[in-house]
Amino acid sequence: MPMLEVKSLQVSLPGPRGTARALRGIDFELARGDTVGLIGESGCGKSMTALALMGLLPQGAVIDGSIRFDGQELVGLPDAALCELRGQRIGMIFQEPMTALNPLHRIGDQVAEPLRQHRGMGRTEARAEALRLLERVRLPQARQRLDAWPHQLSGGQRQRVMIAAALACGPDLLIADEPTTALDATIQGEILDLIAELVAGSGMALLLISHDLGVMARSVQRVMVMYGGSIVESGATASVFERLAHPYTRGLFGARPRLGGARGRKLATIPGRVPELIDLPDGCPFAERCGWVINACRSALPPPLPVAAGHTARCIRVDEVARSAKP
Amino acid sequence: MNFTTRARRHAGFMLGGVLVALLIATALLSFVWTPHSAVEIDIPAKLQGPSASHWLGTDSLGRDIVSLLIVGSQNSIAVGLIAVGIGMGFGVSLGLLAAARRGWVEELVMRAADFTFAFPALLSAIMLTAIYGPGLVTSTVAIGIFNIPVFARIARGAATAVWARDYVSASRACGKGPWHITFAHVLPNVASGLIVQATIQFATAILAEAALSYLGLGTQPPQPSWGRMLNEAQSMMYLAPQLAIWPGLAIALSVLGLNLMGDGLRDLLDPRLARSR
Repeated sequence: MPMLEVKSLQVSLPGPRGTARALRGIDFELARGDTVGLIGESGCGKSMTALALMGLLPQGAVIDGSIRFDGQELVGLPDAALCELRGQRIGMIFQEPMTALNPLHRIGDQVAEPLRQHRGMGRTEARAEALRLLERVRLPQARQRLDAWPHQLSGGQRQRVMIAAALACGPDLLIADEPTTALDATIQGEILDLIAELVAGSGMALLLISHDLGVMARSVQRVMVMYGGSIVESGATASVFERLAHPYTRGLFGARPRLGGARGRKLATIPGRVPELIDLPDGCPFAERCGWVINACRSALPPPLPVAAGHTARCIRVDEVARSAKP
Repeated sequence: MNFTTRARRHAGFMLGGVLVALLIATALLSFVWTPHSAVEIDIPAKLQGPSASHWLGTDSLGRDIVSLLIVGSQNSIAVGLIAVGIGMGFGVSLGLLAAARRGWVEELVMRAADFTFAFPALLSAIMLTAIYGPGLVTSTVAIGIFNIPVFARIARGAATAVWARDYVSASRACGKGPWHITFAHVLPNVASGLIVQATIQFATAILAEAALSYLGLGTQPPQPSWGRMLNEAQSMMYLAPQLAIWPGLAIALSVLGLNLMGDGLRDLLDPRLARSR
């Protein structure tokens, strides 16, 4: 049985201008030790998926479907029970290490917080464990840094602190929401390597959220491409990157900037814009921007069709797309 | 730069601090020593000018002005402390609750605050004293009640901003409940604004107490109070204008001191300024 099983997960956010369908039926599974990436542009539902898994959806959000974690249903679980899971069984790393640490608490205390909460550790014990964790994430001069304030650390160092706090209780699932977006390119690689090493060492599962194709290629075994609140393509990283089965995945690849490209060459973009989640069409969400679109695309959300072993794409014209030239 | 160094370089804060320290010292002094008794009436010695025995002279009943001023400071401080205490205690709790629970709780608290705000402070104080009878306790409670929505609004506004911060999400992701987050993250981050507001409200409370006593609704005779001194001086305005000047000056300097200190604290507690080291 997989550790995490998400079935037809739907989230809608009622707003003044109508109900936004943030997630329209997400299905995926995660086994212990799996590393899976969630990729897509802003507003496609990546972060919403993470928040739904954590039970931290914004107020008023309506959730439907099922999230089973180790056989336990998380949808509809009372907040007190979710508090037990958060930080202990599921850890999360946030995008902005600059703001995700409270400026008024010392580094050591913030790493020790989950230990005192979930493990009932005393002050000295938690402090010793926090030091061990900070050394594990290779924060330079960890011992002196225990009593440092967040503003005395650089972005990369803060992200290491965040990772230490997320790993404090040895979670089974680590959710990393754009963990390197706010960091320099050089630091980015170090942090990704650190996460990969920690995940491999502890056997926990990783759900990595990013819009960066390069980050995905080096960090995860499987990727799921999200668009308009649904997973449009899912498969082994190598297979997805090689086949680019869904037109949106192709657009995403075509739009990535490349070094050494011809001077003056215009960066390819996907025509149109991301559909508003409020007036999402019934059919394929990408239909309005897709070069392969036919009338049938607009009638219903295409089912996931097999592309290769363990690789599916929600496109009724996968075969035609596969035959055409790659970007 | 640490807090003390920066505080010493802040002229406004230092001046305010000195004035406030003077006010507190005077009130403490009144418990152990006054030049004369503040309640003893000596009609033959009424309306005297400054002299070696009565430094600032005597009032229409022959009481020593310096002694009245010194004892009167007790009142101002007591009213300020209790009124701000009531306002902060209830107001901050309600504001934090509103920010933590949102939804109808927040709506209820904030609309109640609006309702209280709809009446001018002095008017509701007068209404309360009209119902429960004039006196120090009633007027202090009335001023305190007016302080509740002031603190509730500030606490809620600041707390809502803190709740939207990433470190609160991070703390929730660590499995922390709303109470822990309120006390560990929200309260420390809104505290500086509340402290500043407390000094301002303290000054307002002193003014309000003086106004109520002046109207005869606050402190009752024979307990000395700056507001009542003003009241009694009013009928002597042409005969002895100095009687109005001294309590007026005492009120003005106390309020000025507290406001300067509040403004200074706001500068000193601003983390952006503290970081530039």
